[in-house]
Order: sequence, then C-alpha cells, then structure tokens
Amino acid sequence: MENAINAGDTAWILVSSALVLLMTPALGFFYGGMVRKKNILSTLNLSFIMVGLISVQWVLFGYSLAFGDDVGGMGLIGGLNYLGFSGVTGAPLAGQTIPHLIFAAFQMMFAIITPALITGAFVDRIKFSTFLVFSLIWATIVYDPLCHWVWGGGGWIMALGALDFAGGTVVHIAAGFSALAFALAIGPRKGYPGVLMEPHNIPYTVLGAALLWVGWFGFNAGSALGANGAAANAFVTTNTAAAAAALVWMLLAWKDGKPSVLGIATGAVVGLVAITPAAGFVTPGAALIIGAVAAPVSYYAMRLRHKIGFDESLDVWACHGMAGTWGALATGLFASPEIGAGTGLFYGNPAQLWIQFISVVVTIGYVFVVTFVLCKILGAVMGLRVSDKAEEVGLDLSEHGERAYS
Amino acid sequence: MLKKIEAIIREDKINDVKDALRNLGIVGMNTFEIRGHGRQGGIELSGRSGTFQVDMLPKIQVNIVLSEGNVDEVIKTILGAARTGEAGDGLIFIYPVEEVVRIRTGERGRDAVMYPGDIDEKKGKKK
Repeated sequence: MENAINAGDTAWILVSSALVLLMTPALGFFYGGMVRKKNILSTLNLSFIMVGLISVQWVLFGYSLAFGDDVGGMGLIGGLNYLGFSGVTGAPLAGQTIPHLIFAAFQMMFAIITPALITGAFVDRIKFSTFLVFSLIWATIVYDPLCHWVWGGGGWIMALGALDFAGGTVVHIAAGFSALAFALAIGPRKGYPGVLMEPHNIPYTVLGAALLWVGWFGFNAGSALGANGAAANAFVTTNTAAAAAALVWMLLAWKDGKPSVLGIATGAVVGLVAITPAAGFVTPGAALIIGAVAAPVSYYAMRLRHKIGFDESLDVWACHGMAGTWGALATGLFASPEIGAGTGLFYGNPAQLWIQFISVVVTIGYVFVVTFVLCKILGAVMGLRVSDKAEEVGLDLSEHGERAYS
Repeated sequence: MLKKIEAIIREDKINDVKDALRNLGIVGMNTFEIRGHGRQGGIELSGRSGTFQVDMLPKIQVNIVLSEGNVDEVIKTILGAARTGEAGDGLIFIYPVEEVVRIRTGERGRDAVMYPGDIDEKKGKKK
C-alpha cells in the first residue's frame, strides 16, 4: 500500500538513524587515535560537539533549507516551511512509508557527520570558538544547499538524474574537498613535517573504524528508506566494498613495508566511502571492484600529499574526497537496472557517467571555493588557529583545560 | 667505596636481567621507563601509507648501588642477560657514590645497602 506507514520500514529507519548517529563519535575515535596524546580530547570533541550543534541547527532551519519546498523552482535551496520542524509530523511524506519525523531525523545524522569529517584537516591547531562558528555556517551555506541539490525535492542535480544513494557527493566529496580548502587556509601544524607526530593510540583508530563500519550499515542500507531488497543489497555491497578495500590496502602497505593495522583500518573506511553513492544501485560483484580500486586511489593520494608536504593532517581529502569521487564516478559505470533505479555505462547508458561527472565537478568546485572564502573571512575576523604556545601545550589543556590521561 | 651501576637495556630484557642479578645476590634495584636513542638513531615504523622514523625508543634503566668489588661481576651478569647482538642493546654507566643513608635505621655507607643473603654476604659464606 503506497503512502501508509509501514512498521518494518519505520523500525529499520529508527535503528539506522541510531547507527548513523554512532558514526560521529566513532569518527572522533578514528581521528583521535591518530593525533598526539595532548590533543585527544580536542579531537574527540570536534566530532562529538557536532552532534549537539548540528542537531539544533537541523531542527531550527537546516532541515528546512535542505528538504523544504524548493524556492522559486530553481532547485537551489529549500524554503522555510519546515522551520523548527513545523509540519514535520508522524505522517509520511509522499512516496514514503515512514513517519516524516524519522526521515528528518535520519537525514539529520548525515548533516551531523559531514562537518565532523572535515575536522581531520585541522586537528592540533584549530581554535575551538572559530570551529563552532565555521561549522554552523558551513552546514548552512554548504551542506544544506548541496543536500537540497542532490536529494531535496526539485534539486537541480537530482533533476539531472545524478545517482547518489547515500551521500558520495553530499557527504564525502563535500567533506574531503572542504578539508583540502581548510588545510590550505589554516596552514600546517607547528613543526610539520620535521617533527615526528606519531599516532598516540592506534587501538582507538581501529575501534573507531570498527564502529564506523557497523554504523555504515545504517548509513547505506538505511538510505533505502525501507526494510526491503534495496536495503539488503546496500547492506551486502557496503560490507563487500569495505572488506575488499581493507585487503587491498593491506597488500599495498605490505608492498611498501609491513601490513600496518592503521592502514588496514583506513582501507576499510575508504571502501565504505567509495560504495556509499553506489550501494543501492550496484551488484555485490561491482562492490568488490569499487572497494578494491578505492584503496589504491586513496593510498596513492595520501602518498602524493606526503610527497608534496601538505599538512591536511588526517587525510580527509585522500580518504573521503578521492574515494568519494571514485565512488560517484563508479556509480555511473556499474549502476545496474536489475538492482536499482539507475543504469550505468556498463549497462549501455554512457550518459550516466557524464551526469555523475558533472555532479562531482560541481560539488568539488562549490564546496572548495565557499569553504576557502569562509575560512579566509573567519581567519580575519576571529583567527583560525590557536597561538603557537597553546598549540605546543596541546589543545586539551589550552582550549579545554583538561588532560585526557591523568 | 660504593658504586652506582646505571644500565640502559631493552624493555624485553628486564626480566632476564632481574633474574640474573637476583641469582647473583643483588637484592635492591630501581627501574625506570625511559626513552632515548644511541648510535642507531631510532627505528622505522609502518604508517598509514608507507613508513616513518621514530628516534626516541622506549628502554628500561636499571639502577643498582653496590660495593666496588662486585662491579665487574655485575657488569658481566648484565651483559650476559641483556645482549642480543643487535643495535639497541644499550649501555652501562658506572658512577662513584658519595654516601647512602637508610631512612628506617639511619645506617650509612655499605651497611645501608647490605641485605641478608646479598652478594657480599654470599661471598663471605664462600670463604
């Protein structure tokens, strides 16, 4: 029955929403393990506080800008009809079988994790007050419009026919290339690259990666917005791509030295990123290839960054920007009409790849320019970084007045 | 004359060294977890993509205060227990000790660091 609440669908999206919420603190641990011990609380908090900040932003106006009625039929931004969640009720939206409220909450978790992903670019040196202002504005002028373009009713990228099942462009490309812009604006950590900045707790990173992997089932299989075959397909493709990428990363690391655990955990995350836009459109076999190729894409992007000596500290660009780009393009190659509502080049529709390409280029261009300009303005008004002394002491003490390990 | 032996050894050799010294009759010792490097300058570790150099490596420092006559024997014992033949085995430093005072009893000098069954007493028994 169309457009009635379905209990199974609703239950799954409730659970998925909780799973995706868990991903943001998990990301804090993933990143936190890679920083020095004087910055672990700061790094955990950069992610954790996004749950607070963006939840409020989303309820007040973020959801409305992203999913409200399209303004002027231009496909650029949602209207103000859902301000403060007004009109967001237990009744389903047209074409959905879940309460509107849980759809809005599920989408909220994506809005929360995206700015948290960016934080890997500027750990160890970011001024916390500026970060809060940045994240609030970024969510409002970058995430919300982009979300509207790709997923909102009447969004122009959606109208092009671009396929993004769970956020390859909206979440990963957006975060990855914003991270690149932010790192460019804020400059390197003090002492980079000469001073050794060894990860202080790799178990935290592995824990974070494991929780991200589990949460990602909500992210991708939940994006089916129902408990159905599409969700099952997304679930399997998600796991398959993550597994393939973890293995290939392991082999790449082995070739260049030893199979580092940090590398294997990173590989899993990179596979999860790459399958995100494709999860509901491709076969498990295609997921295997998408994951396997994602590993070298990000691995060599990371090595390139090291070679250039550019301090995008935790490789958000390499892991999310580049794997997300590959995933979005791969969706245009592998999308199978047998699986979902998309047909890619390998199934006789080369036009899809072109549409994917446009959606990727526009996303990269928009997020990079807006983020860079925003950083420049905030840098002039508030300052992006803490003082040299505060950075040396570490952000846990200088910004939060705490130490992680007593 | 009292001497202090300061041995910097591999972390994984502490139990061997401790047991060997105990068998010899060394009763008191202090250990510290330290970081540093010698000639080798550090080691290579695996990173996320490729390797990186770590120059401060964890080591254990063992401090012993004993009478001068036992120094050579103790050094020999430490060498036997701590050596692997690879870079990073460590170093032994020997210092003169001005004075020792046992807080509980106020004893000074050699009396302060003597124990029943310690290395000197064992030697006495041999005679």
